[in-house]
Amino acid sequence: MITKSTIHAAAAVALVLATPALAQDLKLPRQKVELVAPPFVHPHEQATKQGPKIMEFRLTVEEKRIVIDDMGTKLQAMTFNGSIPGPLMVVHEGDYVEVTLVNPETNSMPHNIDFHSATGASGGGDLTLVNPGEQVVLRWKATRTGVFVYHCIPGGIGPMVPWHIASGMSGTVMVLPRDGLKDAASKPLHYDRVYYLGEQDFYVPRDAKGNFKTYDTHIDAFEDTLDAMRKLIPTHVVFNGRVGALTGKDAMPAKVGETVLIVHSQVDRDSRPHLVGGHGDYVWETGKFSNPPMTSLETWFIRGGSAGAALYTFLQPGIYGYVNHNMIEAFELGATAHFRVEGTWNHDLMTQVKAPEPVQASVSLR
Amino acid sequence: MRGLWPLGLPTGHLRSAGVRLTRCITLVAATILAPVAIVALAPGYGAEPAASRVPVPDLVELRPGAFGYRAAGEFTRAGKPVTAPVVKVAIKRTLAVTRHQVTAGDYQRCVEAKACPVVDLDAAVSDLPMVKVSWRDAHAYASWLSRETGERFRLPTDEEWAYAAAGRFHDDALPETLDVGDPGQRALAIYDRDAIRQEKFDPLPRPIGSFGANENGLLDVAGNVWEWTDTCYTRTALDPRGEVATTAANCGIRVVEGRHRSYIADFIRDARAGGCSTGTPPSNLGFRLVRDDDSWRAQRLLLGWMRRLL
Repeated sequence: MITKSTIHAAAAVALVLATPALAQDLKLPRQKVELVAPPFVHPHEQATKQGPKIMEFRLTVEEKRIVIDDMGTKLQAMTFNGSIPGPLMVVHEGDYVEVTLVNPETNSMPHNIDFHSATGASGGGDLTLVNPGEQVVLRWKATRTGVFVYHCIPGGIGPMVPWHIASGMSGTVMVLPRDGLKDAASKPLHYDRVYYLGEQDFYVPRDAKGNFKTYDTHIDAFEDTLDAMRKLIPTHVVFNGRVGALTGKDAMPAKVGETVLIVHSQVDRDSRPHLVGGHGDYVWETGKFSNPPMTSLETWFIRGGSAGAALYTFLQPGIYGYVNHNMIEAFELGATAHFRVEGTWNHDLMTQVKAPEPVQASVSLR
Repeated sequence: MRGLWPLGLPTGHLRSAGVRLTRCITLVAATILAPVAIVALAPGYGAEPAASRVPVPDLVELRPGAFGYRAAGEFTRAGKPVTAPVVKVAIKRTLAVTRHQVTAGDYQRCVEAKACPVVDLDAAVSDLPMVKVSWRDAHAYASWLSRETGERFRLPTDEEWAYAAAGRFHDDALPETLDVGDPGQRALAIYDRDAIRQEKFDPLPRPIGSFGANENGLLDVAGNVWEWTDTCYTRTALDPRGEVATTAANCGIRVVEGRHRSYIADFIRDARAGGCSTGTPPSNLGFRLVRDDDSWRAQRLLLGWMRRLL
């Protein structure tokens, strides 16, 4: 168990470390970005003619109890800006990302942030540990293009890292090339819409009868949750924080002819996304835009601890499942999202030649 | 894929009926399907009712009548999927329906008698509806109750359920104006209809009577417990004039009724959604029964005679 004194000691060290990051300043234009909750992404340029800027973001840690399925199962969640995953932050190569990480005093634990896209100090984790009631500002230079995970990594104060991550503390940064996305032949690629899906494994403890347990506080949930996590079998694998978060009325809209960029992150476990009835026209499987995208994929692979991106132009109207093609996880644990695509059917691509009918012609009793 | 839970079921039960469905669907098919004979030939049951340890459930007797019924199953017309027609159905005899759904306490007695499969009895509280039961479980219960009471109980047909549900029958058929030639529009229409169903309500079973009575005095119809019917899943092909050309029935899948109609494999006890299937499944699977008054008495009489002759 964590005691108050260990929390405070660790936080004091972090505060000392965090101070130098605020020292020097850059003579670059600043742009403040209002983040939006996934699957949506804040407005941004795909290619830009502007020079590098300091891009300002604010992330507020929210510890809160959320419902993660239709059965009403409750989780003591930890989030960046209240959503699981945290918001997608879009910048361009050469920009500086300046993040204010806020830990409101209503929270119970210290938190920090490790950007896989940043260089040094555990991706910023060593410089950003803040106690409840504190905030910190970190700036890092976006030197590599691609989609990169960020997550909480509060080491040194007990076995906290996997717990914070499994409770929802992760998100993604997208660093675009200044001249935009390109295919293997350097032909520009554009998207009409971008959606961000964070795949999350949850480990909710069960009671002796197998029913999910509910806890009053995060601390109360800690030991049982860690025991459940150590068995490595998630009780839920979901997109965007709960079973069915991106289905029904919340299915992601698109139109026939539109090109959609799908950004997908998973911090802990491997995933194998598949668009049911569609394809990955261009896929940056490892998520890094300096590598040429693979083309015409049926299923691709998201390595645990990374984000990937897939570009697809919808050709038919209807409902498309976007699943982890471990179908057990998709159907039984929740790893399914839906695209709702409007438009006109293309009978050349597919048509039902004959509707289902009996194998043998029936004798009609007239 | 609409309404079928789960997908990819074995289709061993698929059989072509090839019967011309008239505009007036009768209850003949359901009577044939009900395994009356198996129950009746079990040793010890015939002329005399068994010593009654189990009380006959509280029944509501509905008078005969006719009504417009949205046919169950899938329909095609000239090879394209179309909305199921509304047909006139006549309920020709008094229909005795249990006032409330079978309770967990009721079902537990059947389990203790080793006549019903042991299922999740965690919630075996006498005044809660029995849930997490398959059609097979419900069928076993009806057989047991029939033996114990000497009355003939069975699941209602979908037509009977609709008749009894009256104002609580939910007809959410797709609009007939839908472009039948565009699978995309159809998929979107089904999806949007089902998305509306996702209105949040507590799926936990509530005590009997919590959802009130309908105009027939039946309790909890279309509450948060769906009910199995005896009606098989069918696919009916209409010719261009709208006449029935062929009908195929899959009795491995039965019609389930509640806040909306579903088609569920008969061994499924929990119809919760999985993954990329679209639509909203029933929250809970339970059942109520009807008493087959005339046919059962006649058969019991007949069996009594047969036994005396042997």
